[in-house]
Amino acid sequence: MTLAAIGQPVAAEGRWWARLALATLALVVLAFMISLAVSIGEIPIPLATTGKAVANRIFGASFELSRIHEGIVWDYRLSRALLAASSGAALALSGAILQALLRNPLAEPYVLGISAGASTGAVAVMILGFGYGVLSLSAGAFLGAVLAFVLVSALAAGAGGGADRIILAGVAGSQLFNALTSYIVTTSANAEQARGVMFWLLGSLAGVRWPDVYLAAPVALAGFAVAVFHARALDAFTFGVDAAAALGIAINRVRMILLGATALMTAAMVSIVGSIGFVGLVIPHAARFLVGPAHGRLLPASALIGAIFMVTADIVSRIIVPQQILPIGVVTALFGAPAFAIILYKARRPV
Amino acid sequence: MSISVRDVHWSAGGAMIVDGINIEVAPGRTLGLLGPNGSGKSSLLRLICRLRNVKSGVVSLGNTDIAAMSRLDIARRVAFVEQQATTDAQVTVLDVVRLGRTPHRGPLSPWSSADDAAVHAALCHVGMPGRAGQLWHTLSGGERQRVHIARALAQTPSELLLDEPTNHLDIQHQLEILGLVARLPVTSIVALHDLNLAAMFCDSLAVLHRGKVVAAGAPEDILTERLMADVFGVRAHIERSAYHGRCHVQYRID
Repeated sequence: MTLAAIGQPVAAEGRWWARLALATLALVVLAFMISLAVSIGEIPIPLATTGKAVANRIFGASFELSRIHEGIVWDYRLSRALLAASSGAALALSGAILQALLRNPLAEPYVLGISAGASTGAVAVMILGFGYGVLSLSAGAFLGAVLAFVLVSALAAGAGGGADRIILAGVAGSQLFNALTSYIVTTSANAEQARGVMFWLLGSLAGVRWPDVYLAAPVALAGFAVAVFHARALDAFTFGVDAAAALGIAINRVRMILLGATALMTAAMVSIVGSIGFVGLVIPHAARFLVGPAHGRLLPASALIGAIFMVTADIVSRIIVPQQILPIGVVTALFGAPAFAIILYKARRPV
Repeated sequence: MSISVRDVHWSAGGAMIVDGINIEVAPGRTLGLLGPNGSGKSSLLRLICRLRNVKSGVVSLGNTDIAAMSRLDIARRVAFVEQQATTDAQVTVLDVVRLGRTPHRGPLSPWSSADDAAVHAALCHVGMPGRAGQLWHTLSGGERQRVHIARALAQTPSELLLDEPTNHLDIQHQLEILGLVARLPVTSIVALHDLNLAAMFCDSLAVLHRGKVVAAGAPEDILTERLMADVFGVRAHIERSAYHGRCHVQYRID
């Protein structure tokens, strides 16, 4: 690496066609990973069969396929892969937004207490039986997440607002809800339930079906649209809140919209797949290393890389231990952390 | 008047920081804001561009009360250079100066040639056109300050507010920056600590003490030995410089 290249983003000042080519390449890679995710599994399915099954369903083609294969592709694996992509994109996007808004490189989607609230909501339904069977686990987790976010926001606003107050309030909220979760689990759960809770907390894509995708994908897309619309406002936060305001950004409104969008995205994903860690914290940094800090490029890059990363992590979680599926949160951290260490090392600042 | 401040009060944490200030600056003129630490200079600058809202009183740009202007309209007109604003992001000089175009662009409108021209002119004004690609964290304190000023100029303001812009600058760059501000055809208010530089480059001065204006007018009229003792708590000898004809403050330490 030459001296000039150290610390410089890999593709920061590319021409527009270079960026377009990069985005296209990322989309192709994502599509390829999704088809791999559909093909790999206990019953291997050739890529051609996958393509035919998808064509049958979407374009009404009539390829001859075994009903079992078509069912596996369409009902189980494709929905699962698409959900992995949606949640990866949404979490990475939330992380990128929060890191800019709070001006803190350690900010991540769970900094607002959302995952802690979701887990409390989930165990309240799973173990205490809240909602009398009407509330699903996901609905309980979503309500818990929203409740935690509202509490944390109120506390942050009461403490005078500001990035550091929001982070501190988030820490307090997370601790509170984590303690509640532990309290419920230790006092009320049997061994079987406790194990189930632990699996849920580490994140799992098992049991994902199309209705989950119909919720997650639009949420991720809408979140992406909102984020890109505010990309320049996020850039303006580079030198802090006052600097952003002096550049004409309506900071309170932008903050409310973006915090709300990240909270909704995160709450939706956490309630469906559990609190998958690491993605929201680290993918934005990886993306920044590739395309630089300008949000017009960073946000799409984070979303795409997050989606690719999560689909890949899902594949790995299914094949790394034979006959067993690892929680996806374990895989994201186990493989993401060393990869991130390499990025940190490569991007080190010349002292 | 380009900027007029009428009977403005502002308090924080129960303490009156800005206590009934009146200031007027004519278009194109440069006002130097003097006063000891904590006298309310920074707060007043923030009130003028509505980063803080006045408790009472009126700040006007032209003939418009800024309370009635949108944040965007204010930003298209007034640029503000904070003291020591920094970032951990891996931004380049060009990235930072381009931020100045934010109020002039819609959320999705593409980068225009007018934007490019404004950014280039701003970089030339501060003498850094060749440094556009350099990373922020490799700049010296003085260079950072010049980049901030370039960012403010890229905003193409008609009013420019600077909070101690010469902090961290070596004497050559202090003179350059203040000379630049004085020459620019915009209305400027500059908070300064160096009284000699203020007397050299500002058309008029306002001296703040405990949130009030205690003296305002041409430098040679208001910089007196009495004022130095009352406001700054130092003894000084003030004379008209035989060399450049402006006020020259010499401090006495006996």
